[in-house]
Amino acid sequence: MSQPPLSDAARTGHSPFAGEKARALIPQARLAGPMPWVLAIMVALTVLAAGAGLSLGNLAGDARSELSGGVTVQILDADPRSRAEQAQAAQAVLQGMDMVAQSRIVPQEELDRLIEPWLGSAGDAETVPVPALIDVRLGGKATPQAIEALADALAGTAPDARIDAQSSWLQPVFSALRSLQYLALALVLLLAVTSAAAVFLAARSALGNNRATIEIVHLLGGTDGQIAQLFQRAVLVDSILGGAAGLVLGLAAVLALGYQFAALDSGMIASAGLDWVDWIVIALIPVFGVLLAVATARFTVLAAVRKML
Amino acid sequence: MSGGDGEVAFFDNVGLRYGTGKEVLTDVSFSLWPGSFYFLTGASGAGKTSLLKLLYLAQRPSRGIIRMFGSDVITLPRSRLPGFRRRLGVVFQDFRLVDHLSAFDNVALPLRIAGVDESELVQPVSDMLEWVGLAHRAEARPETLSGGEKQRVAIARAVIGRPDMLLADEPTGNVDPDMALKLMRLFESLNRLGTTVIVATHDVHLLQNVRSSMIMRLDKGRLADPTGALRYPPRSPAGGKTPR
Repeated sequence: MSQPPLSDAARTGHSPFAGEKARALIPQARLAGPMPWVLAIMVALTVLAAGAGLSLGNLAGDARSELSGGVTVQILDADPRSRAEQAQAAQAVLQGMDMVAQSRIVPQEELDRLIEPWLGSAGDAETVPVPALIDVRLGGKATPQAIEALADALAGTAPDARIDAQSSWLQPVFSALRSLQYLALALVLLLAVTSAAAVFLAARSALGNNRATIEIVHLLGGTDGQIAQLFQRAVLVDSILGGAAGLVLGLAAVLALGYQFAALDSGMIASAGLDWVDWIVIALIPVFGVLLAVATARFTVLAAVRKML
Repeated sequence: MSGGDGEVAFFDNVGLRYGTGKEVLTDVSFSLWPGSFYFLTGASGAGKTSLLKLLYLAQRPSRGIIRMFGSDVITLPRSRLPGFRRRLGVVFQDFRLVDHLSAFDNVALPLRIAGVDESELVQPVSDMLEWVGLAHRAEARPETLSGGEKQRVAIARAVIGRPDMLLADEPTGNVDPDMALKLMRLFESLNRLGTTVIVATHDVHLLQNVRSSMIMRLDKGRLADPTGALRYPPRSPAGGKTPR
């Protein structure tokens, strides 16, 4: 037999083990496994949870900033004439104070509209005395010190005045919104962990199915990084497909819910929309999903391969 | 103790046991010189495959010292072992071809792992398949190849990277006597180019076919070396090889 045609190519190679031939080493039936679909569902749920959390954040933020400098002065006097006099006197004092940016006596017609759902249109100011209301906007926040200063200033001219920071009325609502935001964040984290677990199991399964090939690559001088890359590529493609499908599903659900809530035509709900930063955050969810999936696959494969010599 | 520069492999009092079982290799000591041809013989279960596993770095010994190409591979960082494996060519007893790859891609695998560009590997792989008589079967998958053809693909894969040491575990176990002889001639050709060849076999007829070979005989995990030639091989003045 003639001399073997040996080549020094193996000693001078510098190309990464990549491309079509590397992909062929770990055969993969695209979308045949559960992973892309699991990831799609996870990303869709994460988009929903994140959308809800961001909306609630916007709602609470808008309400808080709107009400942070708001103060309501009520004149609690049963005598309509005295009540009106105290309201006028209080209004004059408030307008003279530096800390007050704006104040107005709420007109009687507006008060009637406000209480109409509870007392009806036949409300009689004589039989049901309704306090006079002064809507005050402070230059700064309605802190307890600011409320105290207002009370001191009105004590002489409007002794029946009661002063409340508007934000304090909604404090329980803010607390509930904050709890819902934490719940949304917890859901996002839980879904991330579940996604990583799904990828971990898929990678382990793929490792098991391709164990013989991996051993051959290992014994022929393949590095841990090269072997991990073979799986990363497969997971990358699957997770991109799953992430894109999940984003479309999640966005469809968020938009549908958004239209439903917009139809309620409630002032508070209207401020719960998403701004462009929120949409960018939502659009990044599948990107983080892909990165998480690829990183999980890499670490899973590396941990398994390191058990070999 | 020897184990300096020059030997491709140096074993000193190496022992191997799997788990908590008894030792399958005991006090194995030898040196393999560059460009030499060795037959590793012994009855089934004598430890031939275990010794080869230590040589192709698939297994760590339980005790002893192993140097490969002048480096202590037991204490070497794991990340450096692939570099050593790329200097070895291994023909496994069960071939270990990748079933879903063609004969061409199986032979090309070591080159691709070593980072050889696709454009640079087509010719060497085609030439190698031609050399082992399988050019016409380049696109065939292992499941469609006969035992002898698989064997030749496995050998082509083992030698394509021009290894410093070729390890073959029962390479003639699945082929007829004529093919066995051809394979031995192939190993000899490779050996003449400077590759150290170790062939594990229990076929005594093969030993007579390679005149310049040395015999390493394992018996119940122990290496028979009555003259000490395996442990202390005489160096030739010129090339540092064992004399033929």
